[in-house]
Amino acid sequence: MSLVVDLFREFALLSFVAFGGATALLPEMHRVVVENHQWLDDTTFTHLYAIAQAAPGPNVLVVTLIGWHVAGLPGALAATVAMCLPMSVLIYLLMDRWESFAGQRWQKAISIGVAPLAVGLIFSGATLIAQSAGLGVAAWALLAATMLTNLKTKLHPLWLIAAGALLGLFGLV
Amino acid sequence: MTPHQPNQARPDLRALFLGFSSVGLSGFGGVLPFARRMLVEQRGWMTAEEFNTQLGFCQFLPGPNVVNLAVLVGKRYRGLAGAIVAPVGLLAGPIAIVLLLAVLYDTYGSLPVAQSMLRGVAAVGAGLLFAMAWRMGMAIRDKAAFLPFAALVVFGIAWLRWPMLWVMLAGLLLSGGLAYWRLGRR
Repeated sequence: MSLVVDLFREFALLSFVAFGGATALLPEMHRVVVENHQWLDDTTFTHLYAIAQAAPGPNVLVVTLIGWHVAGLPGALAATVAMCLPMSVLIYLLMDRWESFAGQRWQKAISIGVAPLAVGLIFSGATLIAQSAGLGVAAWALLAATMLTNLKTKLHPLWLIAAGALLGLFGLV
Repeated sequence: MTPHQPNQARPDLRALFLGFSSVGLSGFGGVLPFARRMLVEQRGWMTAEEFNTQLGFCQFLPGPNVVNLAVLVGKRYRGLAGAIVAPVGLLAGPIAIVLLLAVLYDTYGSLPVAQSMLRGVAAVGAGLLFAMAWRMGMAIRDKAAFLPFAALVVFGIAWLRWPMLWVMLAGLLLSGGLAYWRLGRR
């Protein structure tokens, strides 16, 4: 039971520094669960991250998997709720003010100013994913082809995911 | 710049739950591109520019961006109930599936073919995120003035690995400051 409480506390704390979401949080998460608590080893951490990426759902699911690995189903739920709840409450409350200030000069300035930062964060997250996956030349070509296909066609991204899995299955990337 | 204009389709709780379930269940390797697809292109619950602004707000605050976005969209259309139903819809299905995969991983995870497949999927997931960054960059109105800030964020976070808190505070001060100054000149 104390493990579940520890999980909840650590991930609730992590949620307050999770700027840019779970992908950007990975190094800090690694420090807490692998180095500080030694709840799992390096290899398992990497594997859980890969599974979260390969499964449907938000990247935050890596937290669910870590919780599961540490303390089973109660751990999975505790870690996930701890990661999501504090900021969900905060954004719910802050959004009220945000909307009531809509249209003011400083509000417009923040809206305009935040957008390019978001672009940079997403780009950084993509870079980190590509680096962490240990991609070879063929996999980088697949990455580029995916980007172009997604930008230039209306093809559902699920087909691209399936293609990536198949290429991996036959050892081509 | 009128945030409440595109209310052509005001979703009820069921629509919110199903909409975000579809995002959670169809998004592999990160669901942001799928959230954008559902909200902007398929259901028309937001314009492209609103999506940029709201997502920017979600990303400026800590926490899982897509969960924050679900809370925000749920609240916008259905208040507290919507703010609960939308993220639950987003997460319920994926959590069940990922726990099933966890059980499989405990049994078969050491097989090389499984790891090779995960690598291929990761490459595609990264490509989708790059495409999304590109699309969002193209939605910015004054590219010459503001896209350099995107480059600075990438430089600070992906290259120098600076703490995200400070990069974001400094970035908002500069980028928001420039926007504030330009708004005053009009």
